[in-house]
Amino acid sequence: MHELSIAMSIVEIAQEEATRCGALEVIAVHLKLGALSGVMEDALRSSYEMAAYDTPLKNSELLVEQVPVKVYCATCCEEQSLPSIQDLACPQCGGPTPQVLSGREIEVFALEITQ
Amino acid sequence: MTEPRLVEVRKNVLNKNDAVARALRERFHEAGVFVISLVSSPGSGKTAFLEKVLTVMQSRYRVGALVGDLATANDAARLARSQAPVKQITTGTLCHLEAAMVDSAIRDWNLSELDFLFIENVGNLVCPSSYDLGENLRLVLMSVTEGEDKPLKYPTIFNSADVALITKMDLAAAAEFNEEAAYQNIQAVRPGMRILNVSVRTEQGVSEFIAYLQQQRTSHVASIAQKNGLSS
Repeated sequence: MHELSIAMSIVEIAQEEATRCGALEVIAVHLKLGALSGVMEDALRSSYEMAAYDTPLKNSELLVEQVPVKVYCATCCEEQSLPSIQDLACPQCGGPTPQVLSGREIEVFALEITQ
Repeated sequence: MTEPRLVEVRKNVLNKNDAVARALRERFHEAGVFVISLVSSPGSGKTAFLEKVLTVMQSRYRVGALVGDLATANDAARLARSQAPVKQITTGTLCHLEAAMVDSAIRDWNLSELDFLFIENVGNLVCPSSYDLGENLRLVLMSVTEGEDKPLKYPTIFNSADVALITKMDLAAAAEFNEEAAYQNIQAVRPGMRILNVSVRTEQGVSEFIAYLQQQRTSHVASIAQKNGLSS
């Protein structure tokens, strides 16, 4: 399980950013999590509690936004969101879509803070 | 105290690992070494395959290997029988290799003395997928005894890899391995992926694999030369 080390990196990044913008308290950490990130949301949540314990982020909440896999379909010449990571095929024409545009991200994209 | 407000951060959580991996990749480029990592579940034959490949490649190329393991140095001892330089990375409780571990493992190696460097990851089909090690090519191995639906169970790692190797092909008949289903499942999670069937025991696919690596290294070196030519 690598979610704990991911959670520790999230806490580290959030702490750095909170200090940088002079936050009094971090209320929430907003995270984007791609469907192809290899990270389990549930495992990450419980790991986050452990990682944030004994830090200024102890009372903060981890808000996870799931990002679906987006691919480019060369046949339809269009971007498509995929419903499943088990079938990288265009939902419209059914053709294979090897070109993944997004869905691998593990990104702290915002902090909710008081100053 | 003000009202709560939202500040944008937009930081990749793995940025530290990715930065080390980028620096490694640059060093590999400069040294002219082509780096291949291997991922698979425990017991699918990474070490056996790598031992065979190192042994065969030794006569023609300068090869080396790093091998990750939770607790033992057994795999390094097996790989060292090939006479290639081998180093064990013991990860302790960590279920995957990270770029910094590779970085410190090769600290005292002269990379320009190598043509190919192999990095065998910890046997795990989940955790290694997120960590870039600076490799040029990632291999995912699955053995014929594991079930044809492995790619559907672990789509992320198959999607993160460049080439799939089906190992233990000598056992295919005994395991009633359905090659067509396995290929279909791999193509579903990673369309266009190159697949090679191999067996250490019968040496099926071993020379094809080595020829493929040589070809990849040649085109890689050519693309670097071209890039350098363009920038100079």
